[in-house]
Amino acid sequence: MSVTDIKTERVAGWNRPPVIEPDGEGELLEVAMGPHHPSTHGVFRMDLALDGERVVRLKPVFGYLHRNHEKLGEGQSYLASMPYTDRLDYICSLTNNWAYALAVEKLVGQEVPERAEYIRVILAELTRVQNHASSIGFLIQEMGASGTPLMYAFKEREKILDLFESLTGSRMMCNYMRFGGCRVDVSAPWLDATRKVVAGLPVFVDEFEALLSSNEILMARCQGVGILRPELAINAGVSGPMLRASGVNYDVRKVDHYGIYDRFQFRVPLGDHGDIYDRYMVRILEMRESIKILEQALKDLPAGPIMDPKAKLRGFRPKPGEAYGRIEAPKGELGFYLISDGGPNPYRYRVRTPSLINLTILEDMCLGHNVADVVLIFGSVDIVLGEVDR
Amino acid sequence: MSYSSLAAWILSWEKWTDSCWQLNLEDALLGDGILKGMAETARNFFGSYVSKERLTTVEYPEQRIPTAENARVFPFLVYDGANWEAGMRCVACQICEKECPPKCIYIEKSADKKPDYVGKQQFYPTRFDIDVSVCMSCQICVEVCPFEAIKMDTQFELATDDRFGGLLFDRKELSRSNEYYHSIHPTEASEVDARLAEEKAKVEAKAKAAAEAAAAKAAAAANPAPPAGGGS
Repeated sequence: MSVTDIKTERVAGWNRPPVIEPDGEGELLEVAMGPHHPSTHGVFRMDLALDGERVVRLKPVFGYLHRNHEKLGEGQSYLASMPYTDRLDYICSLTNNWAYALAVEKLVGQEVPERAEYIRVILAELTRVQNHASSIGFLIQEMGASGTPLMYAFKEREKILDLFESLTGSRMMCNYMRFGGCRVDVSAPWLDATRKVVAGLPVFVDEFEALLSSNEILMARCQGVGILRPELAINAGVSGPMLRASGVNYDVRKVDHYGIYDRFQFRVPLGDHGDIYDRYMVRILEMRESIKILEQALKDLPAGPIMDPKAKLRGFRPKPGEAYGRIEAPKGELGFYLISDGGPNPYRYRVRTPSLINLTILEDMCLGHNVADVVLIFGSVDIVLGEVDR
Repeated sequence: MSYSSLAAWILSWEKWTDSCWQLNLEDALLGDGILKGMAETARNFFGSYVSKERLTTVEYPEQRIPTAENARVFPFLVYDGANWEAGMRCVACQICEKECPPKCIYIEKSADKKPDYVGKQQFYPTRFDIDVSVCMSCQICVEVCPFEAIKMDTQFELATDDRFGGLLFDRKELSRSNEYYHSIHPTEASEVDARLAEEKAKVEAKAKAAAEAAAAKAAAAANPAPPAGGGS
């Protein structure tokens, strides 16, 4: 794409690709896909205008799962919002915990002990592996391979969820991190079990990839479908594997060095084309990089406290101020913005959720494609409706 | 039609043939995916006779996976001794009621007091209700409780057909003995017991010292003129 093309599009509006016009034969068919369509991951609706099989217009409709998350956060103490963050992206609750803890720690200038930082990295990378595995499983499910690949992904996810349960007490709603550390310490048997699971992960990724990457159906349905150009991705604020599949080198772990990510050797995989296949491939490669981080973190895990002794649990009142804490969640940049007025509750509590923002360019990716591809493009965005509607 | 020409036909109606892919559809053998998939299935099917790790599912109501020691479902109230009402650790301080994120706890404080585990006079809850249909199992109440009175249960099969009162537990239904707490969370319960025993010992030592001081004072009061030089 040349520079002039981008310029004319900017003049035209929100950097949109040209509007697909109907070919004039017959009428447009309006289809409401969802809520509760099997492909929509939950209560999400797409209002499609179809010209034959081709999508001419797509309007995403969401808000069915709205739970007043941000207003609830303003009405209760800082600690009481922590379990609610589990319910945002319920596949990866631990990264949500971390983002919120990071924001509050920034707000009050709280230090985190080294051991707690390592535990956070281990848990976040385990979360990333299980999220990517299950999101690829869902993608293949939407391609029509019903059950088997998803269950393959879930088999591995189950091992990781068992680790979460034995450490935090809950499989999905972990509620584990606290301002200034973590809630319970990891035990030696837990670390041994984690090492065993991590040692088995490369085998799983190899097997998964051998089954899928060169599968001709996956290639035929994914290559060249749902292309997201880097200019549009940047302008729309897309983040995470979606953005990197379009070839933009932007990973909050590398940009912000939050936590202790500057101590680990890992690469950021990038795609060339920005289609569904690249998103799939970026997720596979990210799992491999996460396994590398896990191995390093499990090797270097230091001894020490897991909670800053000065951190307060009850009577937590930050000084007036504001803070934005963000992390690289498996789905993209997850940020919490907090304003404190000195009281026990935040004055303003705002969540920047990757799923919602990655979903805004759905129409741009789907226009001109067949209606069967819409399902696939939607699946490749990797959203969770709990986070979109919050 | 050979495989490569079929692949080319599939590609012909897409516009991206000029770009370069890591893996190209033209290189893939049609039917290759099915063969690989069936090989994987066979490996797992026959492997499941050899290694138990390949059997990843259990038949739930008959077979059960043991619950993790840290598992948490819904809260319960701990009592010491045999009588749940007399031994209840809760002192109705209402911190958990205030901190509970979904506000599922309702407490009414008593007018009179009863002695707690160290013998100090404390209030007790005349009413302690938890609506477990609202509870979200977050464990915040356990963390904020200064008296080790509320803990998380691991019992999860609580389905009921009474949707109004069936999941609203009062203090009698919520109370569990300390022995039960030991049976579900052994490590945590022994830590709690050690902490409480230490506290009790401290209080008792203090009380003993105070009693001794009082006794000495009383003795001093009884003998107004103690012998100054040993009284020999």
